[in-house]
Amino acid sequence: MQKRVIFPDKGLPYLLLAPQLAITFVFFFLPAGQAIWFSFLRQDAFGNRTEFVWFENFAELFADPLYLGSIRVTVVFSLAVTVLAMSVALGLAVLADRQIRGATAYKTLLIWPYAIAPAVAAILWIFIFHPQIGLAGRFLNGIGVAWDYKLNGAQALAVVVLASAWKQVSYNFLFFLAGLQSIPRSVLEAAAIDGASEARRFWTIVFPLLSPTTFFLLVINITYAFFDTFGVIDALTKGGPAQATTTLIYRAYIDGRVNLDLGSSSAQSVVLMVAVIALTAVQFRYIERKVHY
Amino acid sequence: MHAPVAAAALAEAERATRAADRARRTGAIVTHAILILGVALFALPIWIVLMGSTHDAATVSRGEVPLLPGSEGLANYLTAWGEGSAKTTRAPVSAMMLNSFVMALLITFGKIAISLTSAYAVVFFRFPGRMIAFWSIFITLMLPVEVRIFPTFKVVSDLGLVNTYAGLIVPLIASATATLLFRQFFLTIPDELVEAAKMDGAGPMRFFKDVVLPLSTTNMAALFVIMFVYGWNQYLWPLLITTTGDVETIVIGIVRMLGSEADTDWHIVMATTVMALIPPVAVVILMQRWFVKGLVESEK
Repeated sequence: MQKRVIFPDKGLPYLLLAPQLAITFVFFFLPAGQAIWFSFLRQDAFGNRTEFVWFENFAELFADPLYLGSIRVTVVFSLAVTVLAMSVALGLAVLADRQIRGATAYKTLLIWPYAIAPAVAAILWIFIFHPQIGLAGRFLNGIGVAWDYKLNGAQALAVVVLASAWKQVSYNFLFFLAGLQSIPRSVLEAAAIDGASEARRFWTIVFPLLSPTTFFLLVINITYAFFDTFGVIDALTKGGPAQATTTLIYRAYIDGRVNLDLGSSSAQSVVLMVAVIALTAVQFRYIERKVHY
Repeated sequence: MHAPVAAAALAEAERATRAADRARRTGAIVTHAILILGVALFALPIWIVLMGSTHDAATVSRGEVPLLPGSEGLANYLTAWGEGSAKTTRAPVSAMMLNSFVMALLITFGKIAISLTSAYAVVFFRFPGRMIAFWSIFITLMLPVEVRIFPTFKVVSDLGLVNTYAGLIVPLIASATATLLFRQFFLTIPDELVEAAKMDGAGPMRFFKDVVLPLSTTNMAALFVIMFVYGWNQYLWPLLITTTGDVETIVIGIVRMLGSEADTDWHIVMATTVMALIPPVAVVILMQRWFVKGLVESEK
């Protein structure tokens, strides 16, 4: 944490820290504190009387079927994105790892979706799944499937999941490939000589040794699905149809921006903060333990 | 008696080796085939947009989904660049791209600059409040802009910074990730180097400029890629803070271009999509070496 040899200056370190601490205070702690404070307040319809209501905003939030619906959507959506993005990435990484010669080339060819903005990724997928101008959308309608993600909730969810997972695969691929390449070849060769089949080698040696990477990516992917997919949802479905793709973050946006409900949107911010803190805590626990079987 | 047996065994062994070789080669071909299929599936959405952007409005909105280039490419890109989509946008693509560049670059350099100095302060000095300062920076990892959108928006609007570059950029500049990465790296700088510098009479700022900065270039390059992509791709924050076209970024502008679908200029949207994704993709691919290293290190 600390070096043995240091500089003796007293004022300078404060000066060096000032810009970051100032920004952190004004744009992180002040708003976070206000969110917590506002979540206990309620304004009347005209905004001229404010009342301290303890946990009423939270109680109302968790009694609201729309909010509970968003929790359900968020859980289904995050699980689907995480499982899809991680399993495809792991599959590709295992294959690329086998090809020592081509691994670098495949890395370059799979890396770039990382750089694409979620909102832009969503637009790319419109041209695949749009019922009238999209490649797959037209095909599905042509063979008699009633495909329109703007009307069908399940289809809408499927499209936002696909677009979100597509973007995240490259990130997972990089980490899985790095993890696979750090597994000593000698262990795998010994198992092969002992006659263990490829599938058996994967599940009994490779997968357990990859577990730190897998747990790390699990947290990162859930965080991504929670927060960074806002652009995908806004560009593709705007949370619809009939709230089928309204995740918690999208609801916080709608309630604050459109419905201007400060108490409720602050309470939602606080709930989200608790979720992030929980996720981060889990991540640090696992990283500290360096999960192994 | 022994010779024929040995010869047969040898032939048998050779056959087995050849069969194993064949199996390995077939396996390799299958592996490559699956990987190439995967790469192609990943590239398909880009290919469709790239090809579509070279056709006229009617072809695209009839839903023909051309998979080969057309002849309207130059016209589409020039229209998008100079005018935007007539019915739905507030600014031409060139203006939005400029805004995106300004935002992405200022966020990137701002983050790197304030993280370098604060990590330097925490590692190379001892002063009251050092741990408090470190933890207050560290804890911001848990407060991504998305969870504190409205309270932060309120602070920014109280400061009168809505629709300004400052309002767009400054709230996104504090970065725990970059500070932690630099701190980690500074801890590996040998004490002897500091001692030697002190003996030569170099002060802390001289040491920072002549030793620490040159040693940090690889880390800075890695962070440049990660932060540029982060800055360029911001969506929710600019959506709140830009209520007029003045500081509209390309990522926001392109979604606005979709409008109400009935009047969307799909061919212009396609050309704009291509232009919107070129800068961050180019940065990642050109700086791939540093990027991969930085990504894997900064997250550990």
